[in-house]
This record gives sequence, structure tokens and C-alpha cells, in this order.
Amino acid sequence: MLARNLPWLTMSKLKRREAVAGYVFILPWLISLLVFTLYPIITTLYLSFTNYTVVQPPVWVGLENYQTIFFNDPSIKPSVYNSVYYTLLSVPVGLILSLLLALVLNMRATGIGVYRTLFYLPSLVPPVAATIVFTVLFEARSGLINSFIRSFGLPAPAWFADPNWSKPGLVIMSLWGIGAQTLIFLAGLQDIPKSLLEAAEIDGANGAQKLWYITLPLLSNVILFNLVMNVIGSFQVFTQAVVIGGTTGNPMESTLMFMVHIYRNAFRYFKMGYASALSVLLFVVVMVVTLLIFRSARLWVFAEKDENA
Amino acid sequence: MQINEVPYSDNSPSLSKQIASVARHLILIGVTLLFLLPFYWMIISALKPNEMVFSDPVQWFPNPIRWENFAEAFNYPGFPFLRFLWNSTFYSTLVTVGTVISCAAVGYGFASLRFPGRNFLFTLTVANLMIPGVVTFIPIFLLFKSLGMLGSYTPLILPSFFGNAFFIFMMRQFFLTMPSELADAARVDGANEFVIFWRVMLPLVQPALIVMAVFTFLWTWHDFFGPLVYLNDQSSYPLSLGLFAFRNRRTTEWGLLMAGATLTTLPLMVLFFFAQRYFIEGIKVTGLKV
Repeated sequence: MLARNLPWLTMSKLKRREAVAGYVFILPWLISLLVFTLYPIITTLYLSFTNYTVVQPPVWVGLENYQTIFFNDPSIKPSVYNSVYYTLLSVPVGLILSLLLALVLNMRATGIGVYRTLFYLPSLVPPVAATIVFTVLFEARSGLINSFIRSFGLPAPAWFADPNWSKPGLVIMSLWGIGAQTLIFLAGLQDIPKSLLEAAEIDGANGAQKLWYITLPLLSNVILFNLVMNVIGSFQVFTQAVVIGGTTGNPMESTLMFMVHIYRNAFRYFKMGYASALSVLLFVVVMVVTLLIFRSARLWVFAEKDENA
Repeated sequence: MQINEVPYSDNSPSLSKQIASVARHLILIGVTLLFLLPFYWMIISALKPNEMVFSDPVQWFPNPIRWENFAEAFNYPGFPFLRFLWNSTFYSTLVTVGTVISCAAVGYGFASLRFPGRNFLFTLTVANLMIPGVVTFIPIFLLFKSLGMLGSYTPLILPSFFGNAFFIFMMRQFFLTMPSELADAARVDGANEFVIFWRVMLPLVQPALIVMAVFTFLWTWHDFFGPLVYLNDQSSYPLSLGLFAFRNRRTTEWGLLMAGATLTTLPLMVLFFFAQRYFIEGIKVTGLKV
């Protein structure tokens, strides 16, 4: 096939040798692209139109799986609701808090490097371990958090034991890991030219004005990056939800995330066809949402060349 | 915009400056303590006897300190945490080796060697960055199943030796910033491309290799989904999955559970302590996240 390529024939011997070396270097990745990306994507798409329980070969059922998703699966509603709820709450709150934290860590203070390091430490804790620690902290009767709340004479929720409070609990837990995000914001803050802020100061801008008119616009591309990464990540949240609620989303399906629903269909019920259809759907939703965010970026992400004149 | 007064005055009394500095530190310390609290709670709970983990009033320091929790966790019947620790180490190390070798080589190929189809293949690689694992994992599972590899670490480790889009992209960018004079000189001296890559180029990109190694190790150590899907024999579990299984079966042994959680975290702390610079740089430069 390569021999039919015109440039290949007209190449000098030296260039041809370089090209051969090039293919050898990227060979593992070529195999990976075929075996671990291209083939699986096509197969997932194909399987989503079949009934496949592993023991027997897949049977073509057309759009039946998609029909089931939209009309006949009672777990779809709670799992979509939970994932959307979690995303809509954890992403904005996480973004705002990590931005505030980055502003705090950008202050000039002695030993600031130590603080920056300490904030990152929680991100090192493996998700399973972190979630288990939070089940202890959020324990309904005598966990640390409820003991604290009760010490003010306030009523304390049962968190992961209460379907109304399990998702807020998950969101609060996710905030513990915003250290990496904060460091990305911090790097963005440090890239903002000091001269701009000083110029604004001379013009009489106060702190809030500097933040709103200079810092945030210059940071908007970093905000976009973190936003997109977080949305993609939180739509696919799995580990924390499974550790809290198992594969049934305890209590009362309140922690049944979409990804958990995919997992149990594939590996508990062995409905590979149906799980593939769910996967395709999640993929399409994530892609569309990402695209919409990038579209909206034209409105709120600052483009340097326009206003620098 | 009107100018009311001269805002850039540096003649404020040093007392107010000192107060501002103290206030800054109070904010920093307060927020830091809040962040470290779950961490602290994990470690002291791991050193408490079981009935003291949920005690009223809250016990801020374990008394007596019960080190035995760790000793018992190491060899708990059915949940050998020492074995889990070894499994995690073995799994994470091999994935790291595979990723570093393959991504360095492929990244170099894309950055420094010219061959027909290079741009097209690189575009595919970038597109690959946006494909979430959710659309590929079922067929990959079925593939390994048909090869009879379920229940082993092969499906978890093998793919890493074929590279991943993110680090290939990162390595390519890194190699592109390297001066080509050294490689050209070696080429004139008759060295072949593999010698140039191994002897000349790899030592130059060492910091990038370390960033890649550190994050791959961390992510693999954190990985829960992969082992959950592929492993079935409890003694072969890595720490995350072992801890999960322990929690599900031994629902009331809180002290031991926290010891297990601490053990799952501690090796990463050690790694972080030694490679701190690379973690922070990796996050800042590439937007890598945990």
C-alpha cells in the first residue's frame, strides 16, 4: 500500500530510511489506534443495535435498545437526573471555589509555597479511600460533621443515608479534590502581566474592579479549560458513587449515576448490547455539551487581539 | 473613569501592613486546616480502637494509640493488605514503564521523523484525546475475554505498552522544542535513528519523562474501574479494590478500615514528597489533573 504512494517512490534513500524509522517508532500507537480505539468504537456502535448476553452471539434487534432507554427502563430517569444534578452542582461550585482558592494562594505571603503544596495533598488520596473517609466524616449519628452541626443546636442531615442529602454529600466530597484545578488557575493568574494590574491601580481601580475587568477576562481561557474537563469528568463519575451506594444507588437510587447504570448492565446483568446503547448515548451527550460550551466560549472567553489595541 | 485620589501611596503605616499580613495568614491557615481535616481524621481514626472512631464527645487525638490496626490489616484473613500493597505496586510500576517507553518513542516519531501520513495520523491522535473511555471499554473487555485473559493483570497492563494519546501529544510537544543540531550531528556521525533517540534525545527530555511517570503511577494507583471489571480473585486485588471489598464485607471494623485507607494513600505521599516539583510543574504546564 505504501509503495503506491507517489512521494514514497520519489524519495531519496536517506529520506526513505527516515520514514521507515518513523513508522517503527509509531508502530505501537498505530496498533493501539486500530485495536483499542477504532475497532472498539465501531463494535460499541454495532452492539448497541443488538441483543448480546455474551453466552450467545449478538442478535440484531435494530433500535430496540434505544427504545428501551427512552420508554421502558425505570432506572433511566433517576440515573439521568442524578448525573445531571451532580454535574450542575459540582462543576460551578468547584469552579468558583477553586478560583477563589487560587486568588488566595496568589497573595504575597511568606511561606506561600508550603500552603500551595498542602492544598494539593488531598488530590493524592485515591478516590476509594477518600470516599470511605467521607463516609466516616458524614456518618449520621456521631460522625465529625454532624457532631459539629449539632454543637450549634442545629438539626443534622443523615447525608449518605438520606436520599435527599446523598448527592449534596457527594458534591461536598468532590470539593475536597479541587487542588489540581486550583493549581491550574494559579498558573493562569501568574501569567497575567503585573503591568496591567498596576496600570489599573494608577487609574484608580479598586480590587473588585481589577478582578472583574482584568483578572477574569485574562483568565477566561483557563476557566474554559477547567469547565470542559470538569463537565466531561462529572458526567462520568463512577467510583465515588459506587463506594457510597453500590451498584443499586443506595439509598433509594439517589446515588445511581448514569455510569453506574452502564456498569451494572454490562457486568452485572451481562446485557452488553443494552450497555453499549447507553454508552453511545452518554458519548453523544458529552460531545454535544462540550461543543455547546465551546460555542458559548465565543461570547465570554476573552480574545486578546480584539481589545489590546 | 475619574481619579479621586492618588491610590498608589506607599506611606501607609507599617502597623496596618502588619495587620494585613496577619489577616492573610489567618485566612490561609484556616482554609488549609479545613482542607487537611479529612486527612487528619483518616490517620487518627486508623490509630483508634474500633469503638472510639465514632465517640461522643469527639476525640481529637487517639488515646490509647492503637498501632495494631496496621499489623492486623496487613494479614487480615481474606483481605491481606500487604498483598494488596504489592499488587498495586506491581500494577502501577508496569503500567508506568509501558507508558513511558511507548509514549516517548511515539512522541519522538511524530516530532522528529518525517514519513508520509504523519500529519494525518497525528490529527487522529489529537482526535483520540476527546474520545471518552465509555465508548471503548465494552468491546475491549470482550476482546480480552475471548483471549481468556480475564482475572489477570494482562488487560490492565498490556494496553499501556501501546501508548496513550495524551502523553504522546505531550512528548511530541516536548521533543519539538529540542534543538535538532545534536541529532543532526549524531546522524552525520552515522548513528541510526534508534541510537539517536536512546542516547541523544531521551536524556534531553528527562523532566518530561518524570512528569509522565509520576502521573501515570498516580492514576494507575487510583484506578478502580479497571481492576473492578477485570479481576475476580480477591488476593489479586490492588489496594483500592481491596479496600472497597473490605468495606463491603466488614462493615463495622472502622479502625482497620481507616488503617487500610491510610495504607492506600501513604505510598503516594512518599512519591509526592520526592517528586513534588514534577507534580506541580506537570499540572501547571499541561493541565494534567488527578
